[in-house]
Amino acid sequence: MSFAWANSYEPKNDFTKWLDEKLPLPRLVYNAVGAGYPVPRNLNYMWNFGVLAGFFLMFQIITGIVLAMHYSANTEVAFGQIEHIMRNVNYGWLLKYAHANGASFFFLVIYLHIFRGFYYSSYKAPREMIWLLGVVIFLLMMATAFMGYVLPWGQMSFWGAKVITGLFGAIPFIGEPLQVWLVGGYAPNNSTLNRFFSLHFLLPFVILGAVILHIWALHIPGSSNPTGVEVKAESDTVPFHPYYTAKDGWFLGLVLSLFAAVVFFAPNALGHAENWIEANPLSTPALIVPEWYFYPFYAILRAFTGDLTIPFTGIVLIEAKLLGVIAMFGSILLWFFLPWLDKSPVRSGSYRPLFRIFFWIFVVDMAALFYLGGAKAEEPYIVLSQIATAWYFLHFLVILPIISQIEVPKALPFSITDAVLGKKEPAAPTAAEPAE
Amino acid sequence: MTIRLGGILAGIAITGVLILWSLMPGLFNYASPEKPDYYAFQEENIAPEGGFSFDGAFGTWDYAQLQRGYQVYKEVCSACHSLKFVAFRNLQELGYTEAEVRAEAAQWEVPGIDPKDGSMVKRPGLPTDMFPSPYANEVEARAFNNNALPPDLTLITKARKDGVHYVYSLMQGYNEPDPEDVAKSPDFETPPGLYFNEYFYNINIAMPPQLLDGIVTYSDGTEATEEQMAQDIAAFLTWAGEPSLIKRKQTGWFVIGFLLFATLLGFMSYKTVWASKKAEKKNKAELI
Amino acid sequence: MASTADNAKAEEGAGEGVRRRDWIHIAAVSTAGVGGASVLFPLVSQMAPTADVLAASTTDVDVSAIEPGQSIKGVFRDQPLFVKRMTADEIAEMKATDAGSLRDAETLEDRLGEGNEDILVQLGVCTHLGCVPLGAGEGEDKGEFNGYFCPCHGSHYDAAGRIRKGPAPTNLVVPDFAFTTDTTIRVG
Repeated sequence: MSFAWANSYEPKNDFTKWLDEKLPLPRLVYNAVGAGYPVPRNLNYMWNFGVLAGFFLMFQIITGIVLAMHYSANTEVAFGQIEHIMRNVNYGWLLKYAHANGASFFFLVIYLHIFRGFYYSSYKAPREMIWLLGVVIFLLMMATAFMGYVLPWGQMSFWGAKVITGLFGAIPFIGEPLQVWLVGGYAPNNSTLNRFFSLHFLLPFVILGAVILHIWALHIPGSSNPTGVEVKAESDTVPFHPYYTAKDGWFLGLVLSLFAAVVFFAPNALGHAENWIEANPLSTPALIVPEWYFYPFYAILRAFTGDLTIPFTGIVLIEAKLLGVIAMFGSILLWFFLPWLDKSPVRSGSYRPLFRIFFWIFVVDMAALFYLGGAKAEEPYIVLSQIATAWYFLHFLVILPIISQIEVPKALPFSITDAVLGKKEPAAPTAAEPAE
Repeated sequence: MTIRLGGILAGIAITGVLILWSLMPGLFNYASPEKPDYYAFQEENIAPEGGFSFDGAFGTWDYAQLQRGYQVYKEVCSACHSLKFVAFRNLQELGYTEAEVRAEAAQWEVPGIDPKDGSMVKRPGLPTDMFPSPYANEVEARAFNNNALPPDLTLITKARKDGVHYVYSLMQGYNEPDPEDVAKSPDFETPPGLYFNEYFYNINIAMPPQLLDGIVTYSDGTEATEEQMAQDIAAFLTWAGEPSLIKRKQTGWFVIGFLLFATLLGFMSYKTVWASKKAEKKNKAELI
Repeated sequence: MASTADNAKAEEGAGEGVRRRDWIHIAAVSTAGVGGASVLFPLVSQMAPTADVLAASTTDVDVSAIEPGQSIKGVFRDQPLFVKRMTADEIAEMKATDAGSLRDAETLEDRLGEGNEDILVQLGVCTHLGCVPLGAGEGEDKGEFNGYFCPCHGSHYDAAGRIRKGPAPTNLVVPDFAFTTDTTIRVG
């Protein structure tokens, strides 16, 4: 962190002095999430979700390690081991439900974190690297969550594994051998379960590494803020501790209360009943859908129902199956290009009237994709998901670049302090309270 | 600039592809294939009057009901359905004593090995044994049941949507088909060997009606009507599927109460920490 | 002016040298600490024996078929269990041994229990470091005292399972057991 006014760490006693010389770990923490990190003073509650995501990552790692002490990755016994955890292990039911719903809450806070980024253009220079690492984390999370869902070896586990690995089968030429290699067979089997368990254990630590890089990259330019105006003076910032530790702390309590309500009173509300049936390779459930956090991308996958052909010739350029797979992966991979697609010099959506309209349309579009991904693969849901998918790509690839060219942004405040203190509207100071 | 231009082109290409090749035929096809009318099954299950004792956030087990439900499972369901993740020792949770459980387990025959010659034999159950399956394997189960496989009942209330009420409804769903609905779906018929049940997703179920009035004689003197038995077996299977249900809810109140208390303290602490910044804002605003 | 003074005071209250209203920070942090510590409880207790392991902690053994001098091996709490019908010679010899002179002073009666003439029930676990001693099976090395011999570190037990020579500190463990019928014992 390069702000000149940042508090610097002062070791207080002989031991911390000695430690600071040999391994300045307390200094690192102090500068990363302590009083040594100056943060814009005007952050609103949308800035709480980064810390919450970090909390849920650690929560998932801890409960996961504990569950792994009782689990067996063997198709003969895996389903029964979950029941063993639910029935025989001390507090096993609590750990199992906490881990399963913890994944949902992890994704919930991550989505809010990402949409914070969309609205306030957190991806823009000088924070592109933070954004890119964030997209990497999101992709790793999706892989981890998918493989974790296979482990209970219920019907949804098995058929989810089969359908998702089938995506790779769509790749031309190498698709089929690739799929067989990924699965270690012709359908998900014992080898599949074992490798998924191994990777499900490994990937969270890769995510942890990526998170450390993400935070490192964050500390180079410092946190963004709701005005999008960069920090100019000490009066624009407050030390992370105690100001934001206190804010994150109480908000964590609130989210955990909500989490506890789900874990203790509706632990299966976010899951699928079919996954309480042991995997049966000979019988497909009536409706195969992934966990709710994959719905938007699953909707995009299913939107492509027709082959791409040269008109009037019948020559197939790309099959529908491959088209869907490309679109699904493309829908996330295009986030990597976001910093260069939206070149508006103004960051915050609050000062971009045109962008803001399209941002909210995009939110509605994503909500529609969330709904459609979980719906049955029949009309009218297919045609609706095609419209929603088209808008999704249109938003990122066409609308954002164009409005960043033609939009006339509102006047920005001179500094964060000015924005906070309402200097722009001296006539009505009370109305200038930021929505905090 | 190049990226933006590329983005715009790619975006137009992708949306164009969607609209022209996928969307348009979809729009034309939309609503064209009329689905044939099938006899619709009841998606909404029925619930017993007054609900179950374990319903709601403050629910508790009705042990007498669970014991009656166990009797129904033992005397009716267990002829075809296994309960493979439940052990006899778990019956102590229904209010039986250890000695009663031991005696109960001994009434069941579980697969064992003859200590003298190693042959597969049946031996009386021990509390540590799991409930035995009525069939040796799936093939035998199907052979005995007209090629239908009676599902394991341990998790049935969780493995079906709204499972508790599903079990309760299904047990009482062997009614006559509604003549009006039958008239609307000319293809409707109940094939031989199947039974009409409007709560089964397929309308025709392989399981014959089971809970005929008085098929069990309750040891506690409760009258064994179909409705009563359906309620009792649904309660018992809820327990079998989620023995920790009540403990979970009770723990939940404690945990949430604690968390809200901690959140309140955290919020007060947060307000105190930020008091100076808020005051500064207020003062400055007044000065301006 | 007054408001500026308030402001300065509040600033101080929020800074490092917290004086005013610091009880609320202490309360909040310690409540969070209590919460964090109570999360440890399920995380620690999940490693304790599971319900199915605890339930399998008694074992029934039929002793009717054991001939004098013969042993059968059972399993008790995942460990070997030696059940032996002692011969008359062994009983006489063991009774003649002066228990007071042994490392772990126990008489044969102490080890057999009340009303039990000849059925010796003990865990087949050497009290040194947990190997299974030889001597319960046919033709195994019974050691220098004609009882049990642990090959790992050379502990010798006599026919009543009492340590006589070698590094083991105590006699072979006699678990709690009782006759449920004339011919059946329940261990545990």
